Amino acid sequence: MQASTDGHSGATGNRVSKYLLLSAIAVLFLVPVAFMLVGAFKPDANVIAEGDSWKAFWPTNATLENFGDAFQRARFGRLFMNSVIIALPTVALGLLVNSLVGYALARLPFRGSRLILLSIVALTIIPLEAVAIPLLYMVSEFGWRNSYHVQILPFVANPLFIYLFYTLFLAVPKDLEDAAKIDGAGPATIFLRIVAPLAKPAYATVGILSFLFIWGQLLWPVLVTSGPDFRPLPLGMSVFITQPPISWGDIMAFALMMVLPLMAIFIVFQRWFIQSVASSGVKG
Amino acid sequence: MGFTFALPGLALLLVFLAIPFAMAIGLSFTNLRLGSPLGIRWVGLENYTETLGDADFWKAFFNNVWFAAIVVPIQTALALWLAIIVNQKIRGVKVFRAIYFAPVVVVMAVAATIWLLLYSPDRGLINGFLRFVSFGVIESEWLDSTTMALPAIMIMSIWQGVGFQMVILLAGLQDIPNELYDAAAIDGASRWEQFRFVTVPQLRNTLIFVVTVTSILAFRLFDQVWVMTRGAPLGSTRTMMLEMVEVGFERQQIARGSAIAVIFFLIVLTATLVQRMVLKEEGN
Repeated sequence: MQASTDGHSGATGNRVSKYLLLSAIAVLFLVPVAFMLVGAFKPDANVIAEGDSWKAFWPTNATLENFGDAFQRARFGRLFMNSVIIALPTVALGLLVNSLVGYALARLPFRGSRLILLSIVALTIIPLEAVAIPLLYMVSEFGWRNSYHVQILPFVANPLFIYLFYTLFLAVPKDLEDAAKIDGAGPATIFLRIVAPLAKPAYATVGILSFLFIWGQLLWPVLVTSGPDFRPLPLGMSVFITQPPISWGDIMAFALMMVLPLMAIFIVFQRWFIQSVASSGVKG
Repeated sequence: MGFTFALPGLALLLVFLAIPFAMAIGLSFTNLRLGSPLGIRWVGLENYTETLGDADFWKAFFNNVWFAAIVVPIQTALALWLAIIVNQKIRGVKVFRAIYFAPVVVVMAVAATIWLLLYSPDRGLINGFLRFVSFGVIESEWLDSTTMALPAIMIMSIWQGVGFQMVILLAGLQDIPNELYDAAAIDGASRWEQFRFVTVPQLRNTLIFVVTVTSILAFRLFDQVWVMTRGAPLGSTRTMMLEMVEVGFERQQIARGSAIAVIFFLIVLTATLVQRMVLKEEGN
């Protein structure tokens, strides 16, 4: 679609208009983010009073008080820790477990593995929402409600991620594995020493996607946690905005601190992020 | 050996996905309640007839349908347009890509919170802007209005999610061989004709995928309404998932909540089957 039809004359004007368009759209995407960023540093009264004018983007009476408030009033520290304690094991265990299944299906066929592959493809259709209520009943029977593991274990194995690993492992050239096999290496060694390092992009893809999902998850914590002890950030935020006295300055500080880690990871690993989202669409 | 590799993942999938899914179907024909001392009893189709005879359920269902009908075409078209303009080969375009994607990283619970304040009728930025450009004529009650609350949530959802689809479509665009455009250009095809006869057909599978995923997402609608309105005002933003959480969790009616989950799953299944059928048609 690009420059092929542009002649040299007028190309500069054309380029300027392209940048103008791109920037205008960028403003639309950035306004709410900038609003949060500036609001986090303003006293509550200013956030509300200046919310309907350009002053919403000017840090009047800038202060760091909101951040302290978010820690005290919303127990941000605890909620943040909860989210980390939930997200890191889910992602790490998920990478291990899902890649092992993907590898077994791609390279170590066993009796029934074909059927299992088909079942896994079928399972990708079932969203969490379709099983949330019976799962709630099940974990209640186990006595698991209000814990970390109830927010970790159900999300470790994921049929979509298994399928992604499966297709990516199929694409890894087999020669190296065969060579290692001749040298007498067992499947575990081959997997850990040769295949997994070769499949780093696959791990980055799945790791980013699952972290993004687990960090933002709201429905399941609503069902299985009560009280702030095991509550993760998104639920903590939805509770905090209804907890009087409502202070929008504090809420914006909470919001900023909550998205900051993800933003930082995104800015550093931008290419990976975009690639992993792109590859989530390769199913069709 | 392959089976040993796959075992942990398969066991987790069985316990936390396959069994709960079977339970959703089974329990939906019973009278099970959470923590009820009464025995569990088979009640046939009672949960389904009650759900389908409930005006609240239909209200929620049609809100989801309305949401899908508006958001799916608009979000897909916007995502495609954005993908095309960030696919131009000009300097700095990656920065714009990242900016358009940024709201995805601002997870939904946070995005919904920020927009809650932006939509404030009195002091919100959006009304402030509208009053400014219309000399005080145009404003809206947004989330407080039965007619505008759902559209407000639609706009916010598109803002938050369009970057995700953009990236998937961008990957599709980049797979289209440049020679096709060159050939079209030589044949004298205009920009629009290149779009119509090269881009769209080449992108067909990706577009179908995006449409399917966005449609399913419209029926999974939960986080935004949970944070912003909880279904208010007067049920105008009630959704199926909100209904399921209220019935299955707050009222502890696991059985009836499961029936809603099964109905929800049938909708997802239909969308997926339609996708498969449309994809197959192209095979000829």
